[in-house]
Amino acid sequence: MTPKLFTLLLEAALSTLGISLISIAIGFAIAMLLSAALLTGKSIYVLPARLFISFFRGVPLLVQLLLIYTLLPVIGINVPGIVAAIVGLSLCTAAYQAENLRGGFASVPRGLIEAADVAGFTGAQTFIRIRAPIALRLTFPALVNEAIMILKSSSLVSVVGIIEITKMAQDLASSTYEPIPIFASAALIYFVINSAIALLGRYAERSLKGATA
Amino acid sequence: MSVPAIAIRKLVKRFGETTVLQDIDLEIPEGKVSCLIGPSGSGKSTLLRCLAFLEEATSGMITINGEALGFFEDANGRRERLPANQIRTVRTKTGMVFQQFNLWPHMTALGNVSEALKIVRKVPKAEAEERAMTQLRKVGLENRAGHYPSQLSGGQQQRVAIARALALEPKIMLFDEPTSALDPELTGEVLNVMRDLASDGMTMVVVTHEIGFAASVGQQISFLDHGRLLFSGPPAEIFAKPRHPRLEQFLDTYLDRGASMLA
Repeated sequence: MTPKLFTLLLEAALSTLGISLISIAIGFAIAMLLSAALLTGKSIYVLPARLFISFFRGVPLLVQLLLIYTLLPVIGINVPGIVAAIVGLSLCTAAYQAENLRGGFASVPRGLIEAADVAGFTGAQTFIRIRAPIALRLTFPALVNEAIMILKSSSLVSVVGIIEITKMAQDLASSTYEPIPIFASAALIYFVINSAIALLGRYAERSLKGATA
Repeated sequence: MSVPAIAIRKLVKRFGETTVLQDIDLEIPEGKVSCLIGPSGSGKSTLLRCLAFLEEATSGMITINGEALGFFEDANGRRERLPANQIRTVRTKTGMVFQQFNLWPHMTALGNVSEALKIVRKVPKAEAEERAMTQLRKVGLENRAGHYPSQLSGGQQQRVAIARALALEPKIMLFDEPTSALDPELTGEVLNVMRDLASDGMTMVVVTHEIGFAASVGQQISFLDHGRLLFSGPPAEIFAKPRHPRLEQFLDTYLDRGASMLA
């Protein structure tokens, strides 16, 4: 295996990383909105949020990606593969992150919310300043785990025409007839990226921990 | 006669089938320390939580400085819920201190005290923190401003919680068993802060098991039992013998806990 091939894999790793990180961030924002909807306790918000979560947890990501990629043009929205990939990954991880956060939100002691109530906070202010930061701290390890899962699942976006690590490795393997070093390199790249995420996660968790009980 | 700080009229609170408070009528005078005492389950904490609007009364009415809290009830008993922003306005006339402190764990002591000023009152950060420091100084914790709650003792946490409530400059302070979660050697520092507040003329409503504190600092003692307000009056009158048999029985259980001075 030549350095040239490895460079190609590294370039593909950039799309894996880019697509995954953007999706995780968008997914997190959607997950917070879903959490807020669930916490209202009003069925007009709760039911759609629940439906969203069940759907995206219940349908394979591969099928979601294919559905988004083929469905959108039918209703007149032509999107490039990369947008379909990011939309698919974001919606999927949003559902999982919302599930993780749900436990965190449920564990925020009632008294902390009452303390905000008596200080005159509105519901939205309590959510943003008290509930969400505490829930985030409580569920942080699970969210890092989810980020790693999404990075690995991003190999599926090749079905909408994105060249990322796995797809690049497959192409290189079939053109060079050197599958073992190429797939081993791909594995190594995934491993290094995910170890870095795990490490960063642990570091962030520690600095957040310093700020809680 | 001036408007009482808090007026409670015909207050009833039920949780499902259980009646927790039955026809409570009570006036909390301004500038005085009013203590609610009674056995566990007597409803005293629920009454205080109604005053903070953490519980909504089933019927009856509460006014704070003459303004209706949460509900307006006319002479015919027709109740009407007031708009949310008005409820917020009226309830910020009171500050609340909880048994479990309820400090926000992700913020420092200074953050806890300045947060509502910044978020609710929209005071600029620098000014909010300056005002928060003033309150922390008042409770003797200016040198703990940068500490997180987990780095403070229970007594210190409760003093920060008092500073947090004071920062919003409430007219009335509500205390829900403020020393019950503390080790005995830490109750003194919290009670001292409360004594200082009382001598500053703050209107205080204190649910407490500290009978000694109630007898020495309280100016109005209200005794609740089984959801009813049995009687209310100045401590000299309430604790004078002969006492009501329920109070006598209640005090017996507290003889070891500072009430011996009344025996």
